[in-house]
Amino acid sequence: MMPETEFLRLSRREVLEASVAAAALGVCAPAAAAAPDALPASAPSVHASEVRFIVNGTPQTLSLDPRTTLLDALREHLHLTGSKKGCDHGQCGACTVMVGGQRINSCLTLAVMHAGDEVTTIEGLAAEADLHPMQAAFLRHDGFQCGYCTPGQICSSVAMLKEVEAGWPSHVTEDLGIAIDLTDAEIRERMSGNLCRCAAYPNIVAAIRDASEGGAL
Amino acid sequence: MTPFTYERAADAAAAAKAVAERPDAAFIAGGTNLVDLMKLGVARPKHLVDVSRLKLDAIDETEDGGLVVGAQVKNSALAADARVRRAYPLLSRALLAGASGQLRNAASTGGNLLQRTRCPYFTNTATPCNKRTPGSGCSALGGFNRIHAVLGASDACIATHPSDMAVAMTALDAQVRTVTGDGATREIPVSELYRDPAQGPDADTVLAHGELITAVRLPPPPPGRQVYRKVRDRASYAFALVSVAAVVDARDGQVLGGRLALGGVAHKPWRVAEAEQALSAESRPEASFDAAADAALKGARGYGANDFKIDLAKRTIRRTLADAAGLSS
Repeated sequence: MMPETEFLRLSRREVLEASVAAAALGVCAPAAAAAPDALPASAPSVHASEVRFIVNGTPQTLSLDPRTTLLDALREHLHLTGSKKGCDHGQCGACTVMVGGQRINSCLTLAVMHAGDEVTTIEGLAAEADLHPMQAAFLRHDGFQCGYCTPGQICSSVAMLKEVEAGWPSHVTEDLGIAIDLTDAEIRERMSGNLCRCAAYPNIVAAIRDASEGGAL
Repeated sequence: MTPFTYERAADAAAAAKAVAERPDAAFIAGGTNLVDLMKLGVARPKHLVDVSRLKLDAIDETEDGGLVVGAQVKNSALAADARVRRAYPLLSRALLAGASGQLRNAASTGGNLLQRTRCPYFTNTATPCNKRTPGSGCSALGGFNRIHAVLGASDACIATHPSDMAVAMTALDAQVRTVTGDGATREIPVSELYRDPAQGPDADTVLAHGELITAVRLPPPPPGRQVYRKVRDRASYAFALVSVAAVVDARDGQVLGGRLALGGVAHKPWRVAEAEQALSAESRPEASFDAAADAALKGARGYGANDFKIDLAKRTIRRTLADAAGLSS
């Protein structure tokens, strides 16, 4: 046991990394054994696949069980815990990242499928100490409460504005033949894949509108 | 998830061969449905053949004025394509009415057609389901069946097909192109892709194991205005309770003809020839819409919680046909 004072000096990230290390050492073995797909000792081993991809501009090489989702590769192997696991079924959007500049649910895709891809997470939107304009807009407009959905909301909205810029229509676009007028209804429809259980939606819409009008994307 | 091995296919024929050779192998493209079903233990492939990088991501014009959409074209790219928006707005609208921005960026054209039902008993391995475990029974028959089928169902299965895209494609007479493990190719109308649940609900489609969808061909668009209307429990990001794909050719207040397909009501997009025959100049437009709605729902039956779908479908058909004819009041 570490002295209490030492524990208090740990940052949240250090605590997270320590937890990950503990899990890797098998401290959480009882939980793993209880998992429905835990393998009996005699089962053939699953071949690990080497996956090379670029995450936030940095080339990465990981040795992964093919079952590893992109989300788990980011969080558990690269310790990029900004992308969140909400529902793990593609329903909440907390895991939203960009692959090749397009937003997807990282929980519904296998990491091995992304060999050679460029992945951008919330950690890679801006240089280390800077805020991306969308992050700054979320702060200005108080576009969150608990914050759990926020990385997904921000990654989704940054990519969403690029879709608007490319002229992609949405369900609420009245005329498929003309440029998009980014009304609040358009923002809400285009962000419907990101749920916020604190219901910070009005401020999220305001933040996205502000960032879109700032043109600093 | 059950352990599996993974390979990335070199070309479509090699992918088909790789899956055909192993009964426990499956294709994976966008993964938005399959990965979820694997997590739930509903799908348990031992080998995955990744077709997402195959060069099947182009939309090409055909000589007769139609389009061929590669099976790996993403749903978002298909919905946004200028030619699709201009000539097949029904298809753009159906795609945009489905899923979320993130899912449309990952989901492929072929995968959208092959997505499985969202029946909660199918996705819950603790409950009987003939589609998941043949012979185990249908929990939806006496269970929560608000989202279930009112047409074409059997005592074995009352699940619906969840795709919006397939409903528009059915109305547009789209043709599915495939390649099999031995290299043979064929073209199947989307309207004939899905199997009748009475034949055994475990297989959704007529495709053989290892038969890969390579493209969807859209014939030139039919004359008339195209409208897709989706009715659902929330305004966005929800599956259809009822959806209607309508094309109506109307001039000077007269209906000359049209197309009609329904989603959310059956195991496949539901298209009825008699309903389309009712769309003619022989009767007043409103009377022809009433007749089309009645013909489309002929033989419909509810299972309790989904009884409302029959009237909802008829009203949605009448309103959508009127919109497409430019006669909405």
